[in-house]
Amino acid sequence: MKESEALQRSGSEYNFGSYQRLEAIYNWMDTLVAEHPKLVTKVLIGSSYENRPMYVLKFSTGGTNRPAIWIDTGIHAREWVSPATGIWTANKIAVDYGKDASLTSLLNTMDIYMLLLANPDGYSYTHDNDRMWRKTRSRSPGSNCRGADPNRNWDSGFGGPGTSRNPCSDLYHGPSANSEVEVSNVVNLIKAHGNFKSFISVHAYSQLLMYPHGYSCKDIPDMAELDTVGQAAVKKLASLYGTRYEVGSICKIIYPASGGSIDWAYDTGIKYSFAFELRDTGLSGFLLPANQIIPTASETWLALKHIMEYVRDNPYYTQH
Amino acid sequence: MSPALMRVLRVVVLLSAVRGAPLATVTLPPVILEPVPLEPVPVPSEPVRVDSGADQNISIPINTEQQQQQQQQQVSLDVDVMLTGELNPNHYPARRAAQVVLHHLNTRYGSPYWWGALRQVHKATAEALGDSGRKYSLEVTLQDQISGTKETCTAEVVFPGGPAGGPPQVTTSYEGKSEINTQAQEEALYNQYNTSQNLLSGHNLPDSYGHVAPGMEPFWHLGGVASSFVMLKESSENTLYNMAQVVSVTQLATENNQLRFNYDVLLHEMVSQEIIHWKLLASWSPQEGVKASQMELLPKCHHCEPPQEH
Repeated sequence: MKESEALQRSGSEYNFGSYQRLEAIYNWMDTLVAEHPKLVTKVLIGSSYENRPMYVLKFSTGGTNRPAIWIDTGIHAREWVSPATGIWTANKIAVDYGKDASLTSLLNTMDIYMLLLANPDGYSYTHDNDRMWRKTRSRSPGSNCRGADPNRNWDSGFGGPGTSRNPCSDLYHGPSANSEVEVSNVVNLIKAHGNFKSFISVHAYSQLLMYPHGYSCKDIPDMAELDTVGQAAVKKLASLYGTRYEVGSICKIIYPASGGSIDWAYDTGIKYSFAFELRDTGLSGFLLPANQIIPTASETWLALKHIMEYVRDNPYYTQH
Repeated sequence: MSPALMRVLRVVVLLSAVRGAPLATVTLPPVILEPVPLEPVPVPSEPVRVDSGADQNISIPINTEQQQQQQQQQVSLDVDVMLTGELNPNHYPARRAAQVVLHHLNTRYGSPYWWGALRQVHKATAEALGDSGRKYSLEVTLQDQISGTKETCTAEVVFPGGPAGGPPQVTTSYEGKSEINTQAQEEALYNQYNTSQNLLSGHNLPDSYGHVAPGMEPFWHLGGVASSFVMLKESSENTLYNMAQVVSVTQLATENNQLRFNYDVLLHEMVSQEIIHWKLLASWSPQEGVKASQMELLPKCHHCEPPQEH
């Protein structure tokens, strides 16, 4: 049986090569924890606007508040291949711990936190109502339009270029920074933890690997280093199926975009902050065929691993 | 002007201390500005979203005295001012212009069996044409999304200036698809559907799961090509369009030897992240290629939420 099929059959028959509803994903998370109890725990970090629980999978082999890596998927509801990749990746980490020397050494000194559904209300909405929904589902006073763009709601250049103050816009930044509970839940966790060394946010589509900033096109101080890490990561990604990614800052590569998560993370001192835009480049766009989930996740894993190994091998201290 | 000189040509953007005061610009089209201070500056009371922008802290060569005076008022802004000269081919200004080239090529050469996409931008320069707008010169590799064949060509894109705007004008060195084997497929498809019985209809191409019903792929491709007519005319330096989905396709009776289809499509505009709903009439034959007409923008509906069929 091919490795990808074998992975597909684990996790109590969860089909990694398919797009699942929220309930199925939440059930699967419990299965993963049950199958790998020494490595994985499920952490409730708060609720969404419509009161859905938000769970983070914490991969840890012990210690207290070890330096940690953050990965979130699914913050934009219609980008289905993002949480699908997250799920496959979480399973990969659990299965490969103890078998892959590099991953094992990483997890022996660092923790990995994965928020698979960063926007559960939006994700649910794309299954039952509007496949093309992007935002949260919060209500805006004085408007019939709902939702804010959760990746314009962070406290980093809030309200700047690449956002809208119109609640009906897909780039509506929200009434204020951290107004979206989905965002504040994460902010609170990261701040309380205080020891994250990397912050990776996964989106789709466009095949890009980006670093800060979005709110400004001026180069960040660590630009050269992050660019080097990014270039090496996408080279590894391409080694699997030849999939081409571009690397650069958000502002220069795609567009100015203010109030984004990786800008906030970087500005709070989390140096290795990156954003992925996964497959494809526009042919299917948000409607990526399910048979591309596992190839996408497999190639992305090589890039993620590279970044995580680099973080492991380049410890740093941040003054707060 | 040499590229090197163009690289050092810089324009000072002065912001008056008065809120909302218009900006003084030099030989640039009017721009909407949303100042994002990197150093503390007064924030306008009505911030306007800037659709695109490259970092700018730009200065014109002026005499030192003037420069010193102006530096007191000069602020660092992230401004929607366009770059000129040699562009980084991987950055968004070049890529947006290149995407326009692909929409143009699809209107000329697209078919149910040829649907071009941008693969890579190799070189790009931009030039201000005064009142006439801005011109991009590009070298790109395009790829047929169906067969995977790649070709490289050069192109020029002119985004018209002035308030009237208008669609971009594109010329390319592309001479047509080098492969000829789509002809047999096209004729077969044409003959199969050149009928007044059992007119074709379909919806959700692809569906929510990325699946296109068997036999419907050519009509997905045709929808994409026909949408390029809309996307081309709607494009500017502040947009990047892809077709997100064919919501529905309904065949009409053949007329003037052209197969005809009513299309309902969703376009994804990357810069605003909006999903934009258009109707159009696509006509096609192997001889005439694809034409689009009766293009109509449908309003964004916030309150009607038709459930997605799976």
